[in-house]
Amino acid sequence: MSDWLEKFKSDFILNFITKDRWKYLWRGLGNTLEITLIALLLGIAIGVVIAVIRSTYDKNRDSMRRGLGYCLLRLGDFICRVYLTIIRGTPVIVQLMIIYYVVFASSNNGVAIAMLAFGINSGAYVAEIIRGGIMSIDPGQFEAGRSLGFSYVQTMRHIIIPQAFKVVLPSLANEFIVLLKETAVAGYVSVMDLTKGGDIIRGVTYSSFMPLIAVALIYLVMVMFFTWLVGKLERRLRSGDH
Amino acid sequence: MTTEALIRVSGLKKHFGGGKIKALDGVDAEIRRGEVVVVIGPSGSGKSTFLRCLNLLELPTEGTVAFEGVDITDRSVNINLFRRKIGMVFQHFNLFPHKTVLENITLAPRKLKRLGAAEAEGKAMELLAKVGLPDRASAYPSQLSGGQKQRVAIVRALCMEPDVMLFDEPTSALDPEMVGEVLDVMKDLARSGMTMVVVTHEMRFAREVGDRVIFMDCGRIIEENTPSEIFDNPQSDRLRQFLAKVL
Ligand SMILES: Nc1ncnc2c1ncn2[C@@H]1O[C@H](COP(=O)(O)OP(=O)(O)OP(=O)(O)O)[C@@H](O)[C@H]1O
Ligand SMILES: [Mg+2]
Repeated sequence: MSDWLEKFKSDFILNFITKDRWKYLWRGLGNTLEITLIALLLGIAIGVVIAVIRSTYDKNRDSMRRGLGYCLLRLGDFICRVYLTIIRGTPVIVQLMIIYYVVFASSNNGVAIAMLAFGINSGAYVAEIIRGGIMSIDPGQFEAGRSLGFSYVQTMRHIIIPQAFKVVLPSLANEFIVLLKETAVAGYVSVMDLTKGGDIIRGVTYSSFMPLIAVALIYLVMVMFFTWLVGKLERRLRSGDH
Repeated sequence: MTTEALIRVSGLKKHFGGGKIKALDGVDAEIRRGEVVVVIGPSGSGKSTFLRCLNLLELPTEGTVAFEGVDITDRSVNINLFRRKIGMVFQHFNLFPHKTVLENITLAPRKLKRLGAAEAEGKAMELLAKVGLPDRASAYPSQLSGGQKQRVAIVRALCMEPDVMLFDEPTSALDPEMVGEVLDVMKDLARSGMTMVVVTHEMRFAREVGDRVIFMDCGRIIEENTPSEIFDNPQSDRLRQFLAKVL
């Protein structure tokens, strides 16, 4: 028993304490959180634009006057659908590698490219979440806005989107949790995220158990914490009506 | 009352479902300044569609809507500018649930007319006092009764200082005991000289407040006259049948 404890202790020291190896995990965690957060914000920005274009087309294609506006909207909707199909139809890691090795072949700022790649990827999922939120808003809200003299875009901005956001806030928070885990493949484009940090330690100490379990535990704790936070958020949203 | 037409509707048609449903089937009408026009008719006769065509919430299939002499169905017209002058009150209030009463009322004046916060709020409070709700300014719509919601909705439309107010069954979604408070506000408004087009099933309101009553059926105006002529001396069978049912 004490043998085992001794071994555990020396393993721990070797993997985390010697040469400050814990810093790999710490810096990796920082990158993971940064990439996740920026990617989600980028995803929300992309998602809102796509959601507005697609729900506008869905709702108005039959009643709109056939003209330039209609043609542009139809083209926009088509482009959005192509984007959604490609992003949701290919693995995120392939998208990441294409952006790193093909699109930005000359750059080696891995973190920024990972933010961009995961943002573009997340945008596709966020778009559908927000579109659902927009579609769930009572059409009477639209009519009230338009009848006051707000343009379509102003009505979206001041009246519809704020309400839709409230509806989908828990789903967006969930997307953050999903993204947190998905960014674990960032190491493929030489980004030192949390996973890669653990892998680097494994490479120098030749012990797999300690660094990988540590990485897993850190992810688990974060996911559990954010899940708990989302639960709280959901209860707050459900009890308050505004 | 002058005889100037504020709104003139000519040959208005609105078809749904690729022409299968003729919600409006050739309507000509005039709304004059300062006049209260009440629109009555059986369910599905096209009353709401008619009203919604007046501010182009519904795009007419055929025909024109002239507002203060301008054909607003013309594609070169910026309809948003005209809608500011056309207030609308809905059956289901359609207040913005994420905003307080005061924010509901001041949103459009502030964003569209660029009124300062103080000015917009001052005006909103004045109007809220007029409808008996000065103390609910900071409440959210979900905290109001139906009658209160509709009074706020009326104030929201009024705060844009419209030239005409459209009402689509403003009391139909209310509990009976709250109908009176909303009708009273509308009566005050009519007395103040506001031009109003009111779709309603409240026949007493039509008789008391209306200057003119339009009876619609199957997407057409069947009869159009003063309230006393409409109610006491109906000309068509369809109006007689309708009145027999609702009175
Ligand atoms: N968006 C729409 N799509 C398809 N049909 C519609 C639409 N709006 C109205 N209609 C149809 O047009 C006709 C007229 O409807 P409208 O709502 O104007 O009647 P109404 O007189 O207001 O009736 P109610 O008293 O029930 O409100 C009805 O047959 C209705 O089903
Ligand atoms: Mg109706």
